[in-house]
Amino acid sequence: MIRFSFISLAAVIFAAAPASAEPKVTTFTLDNGMRGVVIEDHRAPVATHMVWYRVGAADEPPSETGVAHYLEHLLFKGTEKYPDGAFSRIVAENGGQQNAFTSDDYTAYFQRVAVDRLDLMMDLEADRMTGITLTDEDAATERDVVLEERNMRTENDPGSRFREQLTSSLFLNHPYGDPVIGWRSEILALGRENALSFYRRFYSPDNATLVVAGDVDPAEVEEMARRHYGPIPPSGAHPAERPQEPPHVAARRVEMEDPRVAQPYMMRFYLVPSVRSGADGEGATLSVLAQILGGGGVTSRLGERLQIEKEMALGASAFYWGVSRDDNIFGVYAAPVDGVGLAQIEAEVDAVLARLIEEGPTDDELARAKTVIIADEIYSQDSQSRMANSYGAGLSVGLTLEQIQGWEDAIDAVTAEEVRSAAEAYLRPERSTTGWLRKTDSEKAAKAAESGEEIKG
Amino acid sequence: MVRFCSAARFAVALILLAAAGAATNARADMADIVEAVSPGGVPFWLVEEHSIPIVAVEIGFEGGVSVEPEGKEGVVNLLSGMLEEGAGDLDATGFARRRDELAARFGYSSGRDAFNVSAAMLTRNLDESVELLRLSLTEPRFDAAPLTRVKAQVVAGLKQRETDPGDVASDLWFANAFPGTPYGRNPDGTVESVSALTADDLRAVMPAALNPSAAFVGIVGDIDQEAAGAVVDRLLGDLPKSAAPALDVFELQAKGGVEVVRMEVPQSVAVFGHAGPLRADPDFIPAYVMNYTLGGGGFESRLTDEVREKEGLAYYVGSYLYPMDRAGLYFGQVASANDRIARSISLVRAEWARMAEEGVTPEELEAAKKYLTGAYALRFDSNAKIASALVGIQMEDLGVNYIRDRNSMVEAVTIEDVKRVAKRMLDADALHIVVVGDPEGLEAAN
Repeated sequence: MIRFSFISLAAVIFAAAPASAEPKVTTFTLDNGMRGVVIEDHRAPVATHMVWYRVGAADEPPSETGVAHYLEHLLFKGTEKYPDGAFSRIVAENGGQQNAFTSDDYTAYFQRVAVDRLDLMMDLEADRMTGITLTDEDAATERDVVLEERNMRTENDPGSRFREQLTSSLFLNHPYGDPVIGWRSEILALGRENALSFYRRFYSPDNATLVVAGDVDPAEVEEMARRHYGPIPPSGAHPAERPQEPPHVAARRVEMEDPRVAQPYMMRFYLVPSVRSGADGEGATLSVLAQILGGGGVTSRLGERLQIEKEMALGASAFYWGVSRDDNIFGVYAAPVDGVGLAQIEAEVDAVLARLIEEGPTDDELARAKTVIIADEIYSQDSQSRMANSYGAGLSVGLTLEQIQGWEDAIDAVTAEEVRSAAEAYLRPERSTTGWLRKTDSEKAAKAAESGEEIKG
Repeated sequence: MVRFCSAARFAVALILLAAAGAATNARADMADIVEAVSPGGVPFWLVEEHSIPIVAVEIGFEGGVSVEPEGKEGVVNLLSGMLEEGAGDLDATGFARRRDELAARFGYSSGRDAFNVSAAMLTRNLDESVELLRLSLTEPRFDAAPLTRVKAQVVAGLKQRETDPGDVASDLWFANAFPGTPYGRNPDGTVESVSALTADDLRAVMPAALNPSAAFVGIVGDIDQEAAGAVVDRLLGDLPKSAAPALDVFELQAKGGVEVVRMEVPQSVAVFGHAGPLRADPDFIPAYVMNYTLGGGGFESRLTDEVREKEGLAYYVGSYLYPMDRAGLYFGQVASANDRIARSISLVRAEWARMAEEGVTPEELEAAKKYLTGAYALRFDSNAKIASALVGIQMEDLGVNYIRDRNSMVEAVTIEDVKRVAKRMLDADALHIVVVGDPEGLEAAN
């Protein structure tokens, strides 16, 4: 339902403005440093109002993993002006829908409302930028809610726990290795003071981006923003640079067994530049690479080889989490059919990668990948919230407006040789962690139990 | 997008907002949803929206799992996976390549009551995209290799369901509620039934699953009525027509009480429910309004307030009306740590009983109406959502004026209506509750 940790899974592509039917985007900056983006969509008299804080789980103090997400929950508790859950009640009574989400790099709050309620939404959101009040009891109850959220998302699901381990072992030093929702032991230790200290340090207009999409006039939105957000003083405190990754020199492996795994699979993460941290065009190249390698189902390299030709895989794909501040993950995944082992399928994945690095993509593959990615930009215009998200996330991780709006051109400019050389440069064993997830071998477990050994899983 | 405002989209949203007391600038009417008939005689609903160069087509075929022959459980779901695996001269890869070249998006899905086709296409590739979609509906190949692969994918999904506490709870709930009927099993079939399915089984079920006499069509986007009519005829004109069978209503068999399935997980998942109204029930709207306060309204619902906000027992708790074609349910779910799930369930039961006894306060009713009427317009802010709504409204037989009238129906609900439907529909003792996990304090089942 509400307030979820957000980790983008479909991150091969991020939506931006296509040149073919340009949505009108206007920007402004308030005197206190708060940035504003207005995306006009006059099809229906509704608006999406979002405030994005450029601070997320990767900015948490040591041993306080989960505090960014915990704080996100607590922002619904109340302020002096709107106490005791009034925020949610007022939004609902105005026919609005709302939510919030936390990622490694940002925390965002949004409402979807009739456009004439925008002023009220700004009043509410500006109020809780600095005004929340918290009792110890509220904080303790909400921590229990977060623990149940972690139970639901992670503890109850062996696949989630496996991916958490895999991510954690890829990053040697960068906080992207910690789960956004936090490690259970550290969530348990979080309280009111942890949350408020994070809040006071980072929640300020100069760390925030306002995104309004909908049937609005940009000048009116700016005036409204000036009125509501303008009076809030800047903090001058920005998230520090995070600890960065040292050179990766050794391939790593993670193997996990669990009795509740019905379908084994292998997944490998490579450390690669993000659209922001990479050189010009590198993010676009990696997006095209992911699409060619494993983006299009049976038409991708992995799909065609593993699913169609060899009939070894139930599914195979590749993905790139490119919208992030620092270097992030490029992944490959394959789930074998019955009778095919994980070692066998991993060898086949390696063969596909080696061939792509050797030969590069064909012109035909390159053209199809670009068509699919660019069409996605057109389809994304059908969704007001997708448009708002792409600008909000892009700006919050440090992309420029030009980079976001130039995405289609960047994709279009990618060459076959760039794709090949990116694969060669980044899809290297020493940059990777390879994981196997499989069902606990019950015979082995029984034998070990007899001999008194401990079974991990 | 900026230059051109769709009168139709405006009409839908403006009227809704006017009813909610929000926007007042109503300047078009519901004539903008066109109830049309194709040259070939197929009815369809159309909304023109020319600001983005895309067209959304949604087709709903009534039937779903109810058309499956005995022993062929899961064949309709398998069909939904096989239509895009090669058609006409194109094998699976050829079909997918062609779709990518056209940048078209096709989705096929099936459920207890219907088979749905959802397509999004670029205007500039419309003809060729429609042709490819037609091919998939009329000349699917069901080649051996993709059939083996897709069956294995479905079977893997079914095996995965057996290890997921929420899926196990939901499947057992339906098995208890509708034993021996198509509703009593997972719509995807069983490992055994799916493993045994053949290409002939798929061919045999196609006329019943994709019966144009039981089809409803919605088209939204950059297209006019003439072109849309041609699209409808091309997609449905070649499909064999047959009389749609009359479907009986199923009696719900599940009795009140708790059933526990042991699974070693830290958090127990509980699904709960009893009989509820069909969509055609005259009390459906009052019940829908009532449920907002009970468990449908997120943070504004009593269940969330008691279970989550006051005691921190769950991340999600909620209730909803679940009207299927052949049975109506009043349903809900909650998940809590094993040592806390018993408390969550007792709070759910208490709120269920309190609502049945007392109904809602005038303030709660007012809040429910404000949200439900105000937020209705948010369902119509994209082509894809509108196309899907057009088909849903036709399948429920609510009439072309439903979108216009729906908020007035919500406004007309009185506190007495809510009290009456709560008393009629809610029965805490009748709640059939399935809990999967390692719960404490729930041993005394039933």
